[in-house]
Amino acid sequence: MKKYIKMTWMETKLFLRDPLCTFFTMAFPLMYLFLFGFISGNEPTPMYGGRNMIEAAIPNLTAMIISMMGLTFITVTMATYREKGILRRLRTTPVSPLVLLVAQLVVVFAMTCLGMLLLVAAGKIFYNIAIQVNLFNVLAGFVLSSFCFFGIGFVLAGILPSARIAQIVGMVLLYPMILLSGAFFSLDLLPEGVQKVANYLPLTYVVKLLNGLWYGEPWRDHWLNVGVLSSILVLSVIVSIKAFQWE
Amino acid sequence: MESIVKVDELVKKYGELTAVNGISFEVREREIFGMVGPNGAGKTTTIEILEGLRKPDGGSVRVLGVDPQDHGRFLREHTGIQLQQSILPDRMRVWEALDLYSSFYPDPVDWEKLLVELGLAEKRNTAFTKLSGGQKQRLFVALALLPNPDLVFLDELTTGLDPQARRVIWNLVRDIRDRGTTVFLTTHFMDEAENLCDRVAILVCGEVVALDTPAALIRDLGAEERVIFDLDGVLPDSFSGAFSSTIQIEEKGKRVVIFGKNDDEVPLVSKVVKVLTEKGIPFHDLRTEQPDLEDVFLKLTGREMKDEG
Repeated sequence: MKKYIKMTWMETKLFLRDPLCTFFTMAFPLMYLFLFGFISGNEPTPMYGGRNMIEAAIPNLTAMIISMMGLTFITVTMATYREKGILRRLRTTPVSPLVLLVAQLVVVFAMTCLGMLLLVAAGKIFYNIAIQVNLFNVLAGFVLSSFCFFGIGFVLAGILPSARIAQIVGMVLLYPMILLSGAFFSLDLLPEGVQKVANYLPLTYVVKLLNGLWYGEPWRDHWLNVGVLSSILVLSVIVSIKAFQWE
Repeated sequence: MESIVKVDELVKKYGELTAVNGISFEVREREIFGMVGPNGAGKTTTIEILEGLRKPDGGSVRVLGVDPQDHGRFLREHTGIQLQQSILPDRMRVWEALDLYSSFYPDPVDWEKLLVELGLAEKRNTAFTKLSGGQKQRLFVALALLPNPDLVFLDELTTGLDPQARRVIWNLVRDIRDRGTTVFLTTHFMDEAENLCDRVAILVCGEVVALDTPAALIRDLGAEERVIFDLDGVLPDSFSGAFSSTIQIEEKGKRVVIFGKNDDEVPLVSKVVKVLTEKGIPFHDLRTEQPDLEDVFLKLTGREMKDEG
């Protein structure tokens, strides 16, 4: 147990010492929130299908944090650890790779939560948004979405040959996905062809699920989203275990 | 007494290439055992098989009495390993690395003490990336000593270090042995092997071509001392006539090197000085050179050790 605690605390410190990580998970989403607030306050906006701007932005920016964590942070960190021999060094000790994986997951999940909490807090303090959510439902959807994307991150880290390539592939997947999944503007505003493409992006299902639960829709309306995300999660756990390499 | 490491007819192939070709040796308790050879000779492959990181293709390997492939966990708890190419996360601090790694072992030594012993106390809060090459290597030695190991593996420990940092590391390695821990190291520096190791195995192209104490290897070479001096003028032809035919005289510009089997009663150096004085040949900087491990290597392989470090 001691090694799990030490490793998790160490990875937390390393995360917080990396200015890029803290910026993209905390400052960057807040920046967008304030930018949206500057454009139209918390008024109804066509960008999010007539919903109030700030209220609607929170689940969508949370989806963005989740995707950044999975596709860039986990992918690049794990690929770097392997490439630089940090995993190899660890392998010469009696410790199991599971300790590092668990520590990574705990840290990334905690930081994603922190990013979301900052958005909610800023929304409440600066725009006095109405929060009438079923906390349990929203958190359950958040956990499922997060671990689905973390799983994808571990798969990419396992199959891509180097940290540099992992970074490029992560970015190439991330940015179009954020734009086309409905996280920045409602999918209804996009042409039909693009909407079809969106159906193949995992982030689209995160956006739909988080938005739905945020606005109090019941789970039965979201069986497809839950099904897709759960399948990706299970599949990515299996593949990442198979693809894991020490060096 | 059971040997710490016992290797019999070890073979390792990478596809077509045979990296280790049936080598056998033993490492005794409380010695510094060195494996030397040029890059690509199979040193790292061998050490990594002993560490359990690679699987051999043939032969048998026993480390602390067990097979590394079957008892990996036991070995990782009782051996200390420094890898040739290894790194820690850039922003991890010295004390954090020691604190974290000591949590991996059932019975670790006090890392605060190691920090002082390895001269890293002042660097305790320094990030890994800010350490010098020598400090990084000392930190890796500290990590290797954390489990209070019976055996420590050091792979190319001083490669890339300046001469002063190398000497500091040498003293550290001697301290480890004096504490009762067996050391297995690889190096491609002949002077390092000669100065540091109790016994040396010379590995060339995946085969052990010699194995003994450095002194015995040099003695067995049967090489004599060499006499070297610099000329002020030219060497008269009559000079070589004063020596028997078994003595060779090489002129490299102003420098003269004299070596070979000496049949005279007097040592070669006395003879050289006598002849130079008698013939009134002006010279300076006369000195003798003893044969060293480098000469042993040259003789065994017919080529110079390629130093790419």
